[in-house]
Amino acid sequence: MGSVGAKEVPVLLSPDGKRIDGRRLDELRPLKIVAGALHQADGSAFVEWGANKVMAAVYGPREVHPRHLQQNNKAIVQCKYNMAAFSVDERKRPGLDRRSQEISKVISEAFESVIFVEEYPRTSIDIYIEVLQANAGTRCAGVVAASVALADAGIPMVDLLPSVAVGKIGGAIALDLKKEEDNFGEADMPMALVPQSGRLVLLQMEGHMTAEELGRSLDLGVQGCRSIYEVMKQALRDRYQVGGGAAQEVGA
Amino acid sequence: MSNEVTAEILGTHILELARTGRRLDGRGIDDYRPVSVEPGFAAAADGSALARIGATAVVCGVKLEPGKPFPDTPNAGVLTTNAELVPLSNAMFEPGPPHPRAIEVSRVIDRAIRAGEAIDLAKLCVTPGEKTWVCYVDVHVIDHSGNLIDAGSLAALTALTHATLPSKRFSLGDDSPLAVQHYPVETTFCRLGDAIVVDPSLDEELACQGRLTIATDEAGNVVAMQKGLVGAFSPDDIKSLADRAFRHGDRMRKIATGA
Amino acid sequence: MRHGHRGGHRGRGPADVPVRSDGERTLVLPGEEIDVHGLQPGPGTYRVDGRTYASVLGLLSRRPPVVRVIPLSGRYIPKPKDVVVGTVTDVQTTFWLLDIGAPRWAPLHMTGTPWKIDVGETGNYLHVGDTVVVAIESLDPTGRIGVTMLGDDLGKVDGGTIITLSPAKVPRLIGRGGSMIQMLTQQTGCRIAVGQNGRIWVDGTPEGMVRVREALRLIEEEGQRSGLTERVAGYLGSSGGDQGDVGPGPMPGRPPFDPPNPIDDGDDSDDDAGPAPF
Repeated sequence: MGSVGAKEVPVLLSPDGKRIDGRRLDELRPLKIVAGALHQADGSAFVEWGANKVMAAVYGPREVHPRHLQQNNKAIVQCKYNMAAFSVDERKRPGLDRRSQEISKVISEAFESVIFVEEYPRTSIDIYIEVLQANAGTRCAGVVAASVALADAGIPMVDLLPSVAVGKIGGAIALDLKKEEDNFGEADMPMALVPQSGRLVLLQMEGHMTAEELGRSLDLGVQGCRSIYEVMKQALRDRYQVGGGAAQEVGA
Repeated sequence: MSNEVTAEILGTHILELARTGRRLDGRGIDDYRPVSVEPGFAAAADGSALARIGATAVVCGVKLEPGKPFPDTPNAGVLTTNAELVPLSNAMFEPGPPHPRAIEVSRVIDRAIRAGEAIDLAKLCVTPGEKTWVCYVDVHVIDHSGNLIDAGSLAALTALTHATLPSKRFSLGDDSPLAVQHYPVETTFCRLGDAIVVDPSLDEELACQGRLTIATDEAGNVVAMQKGLVGAFSPDDIKSLADRAFRHGDRMRKIATGA
Repeated sequence: MRHGHRGGHRGRGPADVPVRSDGERTLVLPGEEIDVHGLQPGPGTYRVDGRTYASVLGLLSRRPPVVRVIPLSGRYIPKPKDVVVGTVTDVQTTFWLLDIGAPRWAPLHMTGTPWKIDVGETGNYLHVGDTVVVAIESLDPTGRIGVTMLGDDLGKVDGGTIITLSPAKVPRLIGRGGSMIQMLTQQTGCRIAVGQNGRIWVDGTPEGMVRVREALRLIEEEGQRSGLTERVAGYLGSSGGDQGDVGPGPMPGRPPFDPPNPIDDGDDSDDDAGPAPF
């Protein structure tokens, strides 16, 4: 999201292949995950990823409200993705918007693809994602946070769900776009991987890519997800290997 | 609608303990839980803070944008406070339009900042009648473990005192610190039988017989109050609570400003 | 996308804790492949193409003939015969709904009580917010959790308080052979009813209840470290073990309950009488 006035398109890729923040094309922004960051939720996680700050909480499986949404043979998975008003440059009006609703839907479906929902008929597994600071890739950060929160909540599932966006900047395929790259790049493709099966359960794309570039982007995204997967597992091990139970400090 | 029901015996136990000056978590009647702030927590905002009171965590972001003044106050800036009690923070909150509970929290925090004249609204005016700064104070509750008003008020004052007027971004000159002139903060009490405790936990709020919030400033003024929940306070109660509110308020002001 | 099949209901409880020293426990995460060593995959696992994976975060337990994952977190998953502590959340004409911290509310039918109740009179016996000790009687594939109040030490409780603990930490609260809970009741003089759902009912002197709450906090926060019993003992010892004339508590997890009586709304019992004598 740009602020007031048209800005010049920045140089996204230097001649020696470095990006505006000095990263290589296949390099992730710094990622920090705290599992169990909240006290009231059944499971929670806080993710700092580049300049993104995203909190996720899981409540459930629990009784379904409103009741007519109840499914007789499985749990329903309801994700609500929401951005805080102050999370972006230009204040976002609080409340429902079409972008948030679409993201909530595809994330709900991604998680329903990996959760053993038939174990908890007539219940709801509620996933809440709050973006507190946004800098491109918030839905991926949200999926990563929510996935760790689901594991923290003891929800049975096929696997954790690492997620990252791949895009095209200055004609090159790049991993994990930051804001300027997202705004001025040629393509953006967020995805989420099931490491156990090697399949994608979340995929969106916007921009221009050739079939060959798409192929390379998918490979790079899968590779990125596998790195993120290790950080997610470590966050859970840190919480449960020794001690655990008490909520940990956010941002500490 | 919330589907959370608390065990009545827990409430009874809280009241029994209070009768002898004790609380569930071992605190005294006039003790806060540990309080801390982290200014600059949300860097996309022009001023921000994460405030914690015990297990309660609240983020406040201040945004400043040019806009139109209200016709009846052409020389004054515009202040808007909004609190989001998102369902992430507690099982009792559900998605949807703001619940009256969230609206009350928003308005009580707003009242302290506004009536306490935390910011000089006249200084936010750019062109009288035409252009002024609009100051949005957005409070986002991420962990509701009781006493949202004090946590929100502390986060808001911390965010305001650390905020920058982003003039450059809107081609209105150089950036400058937002001028904070007074330091109002809220102190909330709950009645538990004859005892009146400060900084109620969630369990205490659910068991209590009335809540009273008193906002004080650094100059010895009470600037806002709100009695909430079912219950009553006598004038003598309120006088003595005001004394306690000043004492707690002075400490909170130091925490907010980092003094 | 459904991968393979699941090993059945997950279980929790003292018998599920691997009898090993802490150093030998293996933490597994969802999606992690498990070497079954020829054992059958059990609860907390799933199989795809002949390989076995963990489906929940927990501790790996190999107990021939089954390998399973014991969850370390999450809501209470009911098991038949578990004793649980619940809160009444709704009153219907022939049953009450209880919150027992499980995925669903559990109906307690009026025939599952020692009271002779006519249809529509349920509201005279239990109110919303009341605390009851019940046993899991039936679980059906639709997720319905049937509970009963018929049985030893089951019934409505009056007085005392409720403290919550993660269901996964309940085995640590009980301790090996009941050692931890025995120590707690003896050192604090409190009566304690342990729900397998992590809701713990405690009654005794105010001091005693405060100390039980603090001990439970220790168990919650440090329940996975070794030497827990010593630390809890240290805490109890250092905060004064003398509880005056309060006698030692009953057997762990077995509170003595009088036969429950219908609620008498006109009851003018003395509220200052301290903990209810049952």
